[in-house]
Amino acid sequence: MLKVEQVVKVFGHGTINEKVALNGLNLSLEKGDFVTVIGGNGAGKSTMLNSVAGVYAVDDGKIVIDGVDVTHLSEHKRAAYLGRVFQDPMMGTAADMTIEENLAMAARRGKKRTLRWYITNKERKEYTELLSQLELGLESRLTHKVGLLSGGQRQALTLLMATLQKPKILLLDEHTAALDPKTAAKVLELSAKLIRENNLTAMMVTHNMNDAIKYGNRLIMMNEGQILYEVGGEAKQLLQKEDLIALFAKKAGDGLVSDRVLLS
Amino acid sequence: MVDVLLGALALGLLWSVMTLGVYISYRVLDMADLTAEGSLTLGAAVAGSMIAAGANPLVATLCAAGAGLLAGLSTGLLHTKLKIPALLSGILTMIALWSVNLRVMGNRANVSILRLNTVYTFLQNWGLDKTTSMIVVGAVCALAVISVLYWFFGTELGSAIRATGNNEHMVRAQGINTDNMKILGLVISNGLIALSGALIAQSQSFADIQMGTGAIVIGLASLIIGEVLFGKGGFYKRLVAIILGAVVYRVIIALVLKMGMPSNDLKLFTAITVAVALSLPRFKGYLATLKRSAKGEAK
Repeated sequence: MLKVEQVVKVFGHGTINEKVALNGLNLSLEKGDFVTVIGGNGAGKSTMLNSVAGVYAVDDGKIVIDGVDVTHLSEHKRAAYLGRVFQDPMMGTAADMTIEENLAMAARRGKKRTLRWYITNKERKEYTELLSQLELGLESRLTHKVGLLSGGQRQALTLLMATLQKPKILLLDEHTAALDPKTAAKVLELSAKLIRENNLTAMMVTHNMNDAIKYGNRLIMMNEGQILYEVGGEAKQLLQKEDLIALFAKKAGDGLVSDRVLLS
Repeated sequence: MVDVLLGALALGLLWSVMTLGVYISYRVLDMADLTAEGSLTLGAAVAGSMIAAGANPLVATLCAAGAGLLAGLSTGLLHTKLKIPALLSGILTMIALWSVNLRVMGNRANVSILRLNTVYTFLQNWGLDKTTSMIVVGAVCALAVISVLYWFFGTELGSAIRATGNNEHMVRAQGINTDNMKILGLVISNGLIALSGALIAQSQSFADIQMGTGAIVIGLASLIIGEVLFGKGGFYKRLVAIILGAVVYRVIIALVLKMGMPSNDLKLFTAITVAVALSLPRFKGYLATLKRSAKGEAK
């Protein structure tokens, strides 16, 4: 479903702040894979997701989504294949627009915008139904502005928007990091549910090792723009947090004490 | 006095079309677009020159609006394709339009269309006086424009433009080319501003190269007055509020001039009005803090 081949991304080329964010990254996702991604700060997790999403052009390598080479496609063209939820709850929705306006826009992801009315009555019914499944009381607030919602509600809405039009790949970039633990757990459960029910291929970056182990069928650990360690299937189910910490310490070497602390 | 107020109403309605254009760039796209100063004059120059050359006033007015669309396109392309900051893109087009406008007017600073047919003479031939004709034409144009805008910004395309001004990031993630949305918004905005310029030029029987100077500030003042006084409610109400704001602005100007303020001070007055209106929310916040701290001390 997704192939990332030898991708290189360097920020600040030729400056004193030059940073190799992705260093010949290779990754392959099968249809239905749910991959959790962990790694220290600056390991390249978000850069990987943003490269797949086309937020910026990569310097080298190739990105293929479902057989289509998207390496040189702009962000808005790639959006046809991708559902995205961001770390910042403000980022995934338009605050000054209503819940139904946001949903209707997401329902047309990858389609041409016409002079038809932004929403149909049929859609309104669908959205009410879908929102009631979130159990956040949003189904009665279709015409309320999204800016009035809490961070958790906004992330749940963004999740729904990202999956409304079934994406080839769902990209979750630390999408629960800005939420309180209880809300984060709820949003994570919702993510897993949507992925399961829609049989989606998904990639989730997280700082939380327990979540990385609990969710998904594969886990990758990144360091310095490459995949350091990968585990899937049964081996992943048997994985313990302590194993991961030990592994990280061994593979990444001793110069990364702060990262090790962060990971735990 | 009634004459003064009717005159202000007429002028306000003609300028309200311009204010609606400013609303699209400043509020919908969240961009301060200085193209307005040039595109208002461009509309006046195109309509004036065409009418002076014997063209049908309706055709001339439509061509003026079309020229405004192109001015918006220029700013839009500078901003999105060449990545020049929005403010500077507008200034560049505005400056370029100064020369273009002079050329349009045959290398003169003004074009007179005195005693020639304008969009108002149709009505004047039916027996209406000049001011009433201006009020009728202005009201019809303003209502037509807000009806079209209300419909357009409710379509898929229109809501994509609104979202672009709100959260570009989200809009791109929904597969929309935000560059195109910004260009389209600026095109519509400047088309309206040029249309307004054409109507104003015909009402005063001449087009002048200086007409647009300060237009953006007048547009902002009208916009903010409208929002503060009448701005609550749905989208249609907000659009109506903008028209009312443009009228109230003209009434205020007419009154202060009547009270004896020298007309040379008009731009200073307008600038101060806008500065005060824009800083009002901050000032309110400051007052609230003062009140809170006063209460805190009382305890």
